[in-house]
Amino acid sequence: MGAGPAGLYFSLLLRKARPESDVKVIERNPAGATYGWGVVFSDRTLTSFREADYKTYAQITDDFIIWDAIDVRYRDSVIRCEGQVFSGIARRSLLGLLHARCEELGVKIEHDRAITHPDELNDYDLVVGADGVNSVIREANADSFKPRFSPGTSRYIWFGTRRVFDSFTFAFRENAHGFFQAHAYPFDGQMSTFIPECDEQTWRNSGLDTADEATSIAYCEELFESDLRGHSLMSNNSRWINFETLRCKTWHHERIVLVGDAAHTAHFSIGSGTKLAMEDSIALVNALETKPDIESALIEYELERKPRVERFQEAARQSQDYFENTRVYRHMEPPQFAFHLLSRSGRIDYDDLRVRDPDFVSEVDRWFIATARPEKAGLALATPPAFAPFRLGDLELSNRVAVVAAPTYSSIDGVPPADALSGPARSGAGLAFTDIVAVSAHGRVTPDDSGLYDETHAEGWLAEITELRAHSDAAVGVTLSHSGPRGSTRPRDRAADIALEEAMAWTPIAASPQTYSPRSLPAAEIDGSRLSDVKDDFVRAAVLAGSAGFDLVELHMAHGYLLGSFLSPLTNARSDEYGSDPMRYPLEVLDAVRVEWNDKPLGIVMNASDWARGGISLDDAVAMVTRFKEHGCDVIRVVAGQTTSRYSPRYDPYFLTHYAERIRNRAGIATIATGDIRNVDRVNTIVAGGRADLCVLATA
Amino acid sequence: MNVGIGLPSAVPGTRADLLVEWSAKADEGSFSSLGVVDRLRYDSYDPMTVLAHAAVATRRIGLVTMVVIGPLRNNAVLAKEAATVDHLSGGRLTLGLAVGARGEDYKAAGVSQRERGERLTNQLADLRAIWEREETGRLTESGWGPPVIVGGMSDATFLRTARYADGYVHGGGPPRTFERAADKMHTAWRDLGRTGRPLLWAQGYFALGDAETVERGRAYMRDYYAFTGPFAERIAEGMLATPQAVAQFVRGYAEAGCDELVLLPAVADIAQLERLADALGGVS
Repeated sequence: MGAGPAGLYFSLLLRKARPESDVKVIERNPAGATYGWGVVFSDRTLTSFREADYKTYAQITDDFIIWDAIDVRYRDSVIRCEGQVFSGIARRSLLGLLHARCEELGVKIEHDRAITHPDELNDYDLVVGADGVNSVIREANADSFKPRFSPGTSRYIWFGTRRVFDSFTFAFRENAHGFFQAHAYPFDGQMSTFIPECDEQTWRNSGLDTADEATSIAYCEELFESDLRGHSLMSNNSRWINFETLRCKTWHHERIVLVGDAAHTAHFSIGSGTKLAMEDSIALVNALETKPDIESALIEYELERKPRVERFQEAARQSQDYFENTRVYRHMEPPQFAFHLLSRSGRIDYDDLRVRDPDFVSEVDRWFIATARPEKAGLALATPPAFAPFRLGDLELSNRVAVVAAPTYSSIDGVPPADALSGPARSGAGLAFTDIVAVSAHGRVTPDDSGLYDETHAEGWLAEITELRAHSDAAVGVTLSHSGPRGSTRPRDRAADIALEEAMAWTPIAASPQTYSPRSLPAAEIDGSRLSDVKDDFVRAAVLAGSAGFDLVELHMAHGYLLGSFLSPLTNARSDEYGSDPMRYPLEVLDAVRVEWNDKPLGIVMNASDWARGGISLDDAVAMVTRFKEHGCDVIRVVAGQTTSRYSPRYDPYFLTHYAERIRNRAGIATIATGDIRNVDRVNTIVAGGRADLCVLATA
Repeated sequence: MNVGIGLPSAVPGTRADLLVEWSAKADEGSFSSLGVVDRLRYDSYDPMTVLAHAAVATRRIGLVTMVVIGPLRNNAVLAKEAATVDHLSGGRLTLGLAVGARGEDYKAAGVSQRERGERLTNQLADLRAIWEREETGRLTESGWGPPVIVGGMSDATFLRTARYADGYVHGGGPPRTFERAADKMHTAWRDLGRTGRPLLWAQGYFALGDAETVERGRAYMRDYYAFTGPFAERIAEGMLATPQAVAQFVRGYAEAGCDELVLLPAVADIAQLERLADALGGVS
């Protein structure tokens, strides 16, 4: 069903493999009716076409336009990144040559026949639903296929233009209505596809939501005039739409199987649906050829293709998320903007780009170092971004890597153990962090935690910092915390969040009464005088941090500890002013510490998400960070989860980085990324792309 | 990396005397552990009972469940059973637990499958408490119970493991899938402020010998994993069928950071143990 690229390619491949079989393509539209302009393939896709059918491969490549660059047109600059081989072909040419090859191989093609239900095709052994995103075949068996559509949030429209681009081009333009981008690529030597896109608000501001096609064309021609070089945009029955990602639970049902857009869609910004559709066709024919019966072939096809397509869809989702939020990045300078764009989907990192286009990456390196050290602007040699210095107030860090001391639970009465900073000292990182340090004996998580609530602690830390400075130029940060509801537990050597034996235990406190985990002690609500005491504890710790020689103080307001328990609606049910404004107490602590800590750098460890229903979301976190910034916070270390013991973590390596990126670029504050960041390549990708300013390196 | 071998206790028709002979031979050789799997509605031996049996025939080798389907069992009874096996073997037990994947086992045990993840989390917390408080008597060798490792692929698995257990046991597949899971395990471990690092265990199936033997192994795997539907064939294809495949698999897991890999037999024949020992002889 359906004479698009998927249906035609499947049919010709099957007929070629089994000349005796009766293969028929049924199409609702008349012959020659086609929609859309050009189709893009990567070189890897072409290799699979060559293996599947050399003749169509040769014809496709004869008609191809090949280019190897991506251009980013942004502000007054055009930044080119080479080494990205793509090829484009007019959709009409592709269909024409597939059609001809089908006829040559004896595939029957019946146009002008609309099927309303697959039962009309009961004479056939196998029905292939290649009838596109609005598949009739799929919808007739929706109970089995269980299609699920997730709509995107931006609006886009397909145009053609006679402006011939010599690259895959992204153009970004801003006007009084908002921020726009266009995706453009050549396809037949005379024409290019040109797709303007913007977010919903911009679309409404500009009146495009009510505009007719001619008005939309005129608007976009003016907006992208410099990119189109005066060429006009051409209609293709064009409407503003929002992209819908389609996922199906299964791709086959009895003797019916879905291929291409009928089964799945993925955002157009990382590749065409035609590519996925034709790869589906190859896999389906291979399965039919290698498996003894149709049922096991359809199972094999789905096992082979579905995980691959799902990975592609995940990368497409990240790319789509980028294009839906481009306004967030419009403060970035062109080199960073372009680098961020090229590494948006998580599939291409700094090292990949260096292989593809060393000059482009060197340019980014040189620009990056100049932002940190203006006197280095214009130098021919530049270190990779991970090794560029970073300035936090008056504090200069020698590179972008932070290392946190591993937990040891080996302090006696809060005095830090010898070697408390030896891990970070030996790492080469520009910033060394302590493990969490308690502001009072009561604020410890376990009896063996380090503290900063007594002169002896400050002396102990001073000795450790002196030792560190003998080996390292790292700045040293202390992470001050009150354990709150997670206090009075055992050292985490055999488990975490297990209450102490009665003889050693104390009563934990929290914003509101709660029991953190199934094996924690119940925590009592912190009352008025304790609020003031704990605030004083934080201030005293900051004073001691100064005498110990710390360069940076961080306040831990995440992971369900005391200050974090105020911030989250999951753990703050207070009816007083500390409940009506959940930030009030954390801000009081921040203000008091800010005064004592003078102008030295002050950071906060914060949850970007509680990873739990009803908890803090990324939007909440951005709003909170904006207020913390107003109160003098300089840097945010971005973490997630642990607000209660029940949450749904994401240990995906890119998740926490994504949060750090959004907080940095939406709230306009320096961030420290955390998570599974294990090598310099990741650090380069994160800091060069403006996702964070510093990275906590995961040391196993 | 240590390499252990499975007992053929879930291969239908395995006789009791083969289990004794197998255990004794493994104990004499260089295998680090003897592993057993758990399945309620299948022609297999109960894992805890069969390890008690193996404890008698062995002196040094580690005993490990890979894995017991925890939520099927009452927490106190399981704590007592595990403590018993640990004591009878002189402290050689490693208890692997997971939720399992088969609805029919839950149905047979009369346990709801719906909240199995939550049940396993609470079970991990309870087991430690029961052993430490000696609620079922003083039996475990260490005083705090045997090492506990947890299986599964979800992010929730890594969280419950980091909070309450000693390590992770991977369910099979090529080394790179283990590596991805191990990365997540390390991330969860660090995130919860645990000291040291998690124990990392893994498993694979093997059948070594002529074509007929290999096909017998594959037929068993297709049958054992029939509940996975279309995946059974793929799992069977992943079975290690040549000394070369064994060597590459072991090497791959060692490089991916695995602490202990247990190779499970798909054919119940003592020659399998000898062939595996020979194949491994060429590895390290």
